[in-house]
Amino acid sequence: MNKTFYIQDYCEIRDGEIRLNGENIFSAGEDTFSGFAKKAYQDLDLAYPKFFKMDKLSKLAFLAASRLLTPESNTALVFANRSSSLDTDLAYQQTIRDKAAWYPSPAVFVYTLPNICLGEISIKYKLYSENSFFVFENFPAAFFPAYAGLLISTGKAEEVLCGWVEMLGEEYRAFVYKVGNKGFAEHNEQNLNRMI
Amino acid sequence: MSFIVDYNCFTPLGTDLSTTVGRLEAGISGIRLFEDSGQLLPSYYAAQIRGEVCTHSGYSRLENMLIRVLEPVIARNPVQERSLLLVSTTKGNIRSIAAGEPVNDAFLPVMAENVARHFGFRETPWVLSNACVSGILAVAVAKRLTDAGIFDHVYVAAGDEVTDFVLSGFAGFQALSSGPCKPYDKNRDGVTLGEAAAAALVSKAPGLFRVAGDGAINDANHISGPSRTGEGLYRSIRQALTEAGLNGPELDFISAHGTATEYNDEMEAIALDRLGLNQVPVNSLKGYFGHTLGASGLLEAVISFESARKGLLYPSLGLETLGVSKEIRVIREPENRPVRYFMKTASGFGGCNTAVIFEKLN
Repeated sequence: MNKTFYIQDYCEIRDGEIRLNGENIFSAGEDTFSGFAKKAYQDLDLAYPKFFKMDKLSKLAFLAASRLLTPESNTALVFANRSSSLDTDLAYQQTIRDKAAWYPSPAVFVYTLPNICLGEISIKYKLYSENSFFVFENFPAAFFPAYAGLLISTGKAEEVLCGWVEMLGEEYRAFVYKVGNKGFAEHNEQNLNRMI
Repeated sequence: MSFIVDYNCFTPLGTDLSTTVGRLEAGISGIRLFEDSGQLLPSYYAAQIRGEVCTHSGYSRLENMLIRVLEPVIARNPVQERSLLLVSTTKGNIRSIAAGEPVNDAFLPVMAENVARHFGFRETPWVLSNACVSGILAVAVAKRLTDAGIFDHVYVAAGDEVTDFVLSGFAGFQALSSGPCKPYDKNRDGVTLGEAAAAALVSKAPGLFRVAGDGAINDANHISGPSRTGEGLYRSIRQALTEAGLNGPELDFISAHGTATEYNDEMEAIALDRLGLNQVPVNSLKGYFGHTLGASGLLEAVISFESARKGLLYPSLGLETLGVSKEIRVIREPENRPVRYFMKTASGFGGCNTAVIFEKLN
């Protein structure tokens, strides 16, 4: 169980900027998250119209995963954040606040689960693999190496896409990376704390 | 190897395992009609816990449910070093955002920490929120953690409540049943929601059941509907069987998801048929408890532990005429049968599926 795995590629999104392996690949300047996401979608040439139906958390996770995945690979998705789907929960709550005139939207309600963003990624890349979404107060630098290592060493997956995807109002942050048998840095707590 | 050492539940049928199972064995359902109860929907069927839940002041209703379901388990198995609390929920304290503000209690780690602190866990609790597979996926996670020696004991606690938030959401999907839900029936017309908490202690120390295999594979098909071919569930069960070293027909029963929506139940029948499991007795426990969301997978596993321990298979409540396109053997009457291997499955929004196989030890 002490086998070492490695971080391969990683993608960070924050403050209107996307960085792939530390290099800027897109900047939007001052904008809301939704404005930023739309520009990034166009600039990265994603050509996936379903993107526009997604909630903000799914857009964030989808953008961050967009340069990291190989279609139809045996790549498990292990994501986490602090606020679960609270950003969309609050949007949904607005639609039912008025007891005299409530109008629940199925298109919003379906996104009131954090793992939906993993479903979106699985559909796009045809990943018949394990999805799990965890919720922690802070970036869990010890959790990811332990759990991703387990999935690979027990044969549940060949690679694992790990992601911290936090979204609440205009506060957003993604740090998504792929782990496998080869890579540029050991997948351990120390390295993650340095990178995050 | 990982074992189920202890377990409990807190449900509309009873505030502990033996009361719940006693009522279930008497054929009693926790589902009833609610009218003018102050909820958004003027009337609806649901399985809700009556009576006082909040016996511990300073904690939310759901935290009380989680604390009360864990209490006897922790009394019998005190928290030691290298023990983790793993909480499974979909919506946590979602009622706390009724005013539209992201209050502290709405954050799942805050809820889990409140419960963990109550029992003196030293480790920061983990929260798994993976739609309707959360409860049973949490058992798979706990099993892997103890197998690998990352923790010696994982206390899995799952809970969700019936709230305006989920009632209105399922109503918006036109997915709520017009009466008590009827899993696998020809006239099934949707989900009946329920609320419950369940707990299980997964440990390296030998226990009543061994966790023999698990699989959790996404459909990669649709975020709010299951795959027509049952692909993800098929692959999840196959992976669990392979790990357990079984072909499938050795299973003595399956506690399936059986939400009583047209598509879910049909998808499950297709997946079981593809695996040649047509003759294995199957139940859905949703007719007793409704769909308890993030609690359901663990609650139904816990009831299945009692079923296996007693060698008594529980009927699937609400079935009159089988209404799925593939022949499956849904349990209609209580059935005495010695049990060795049994499986719990679940599927959920986001295309997720999970299957976990247990072996009863002598």
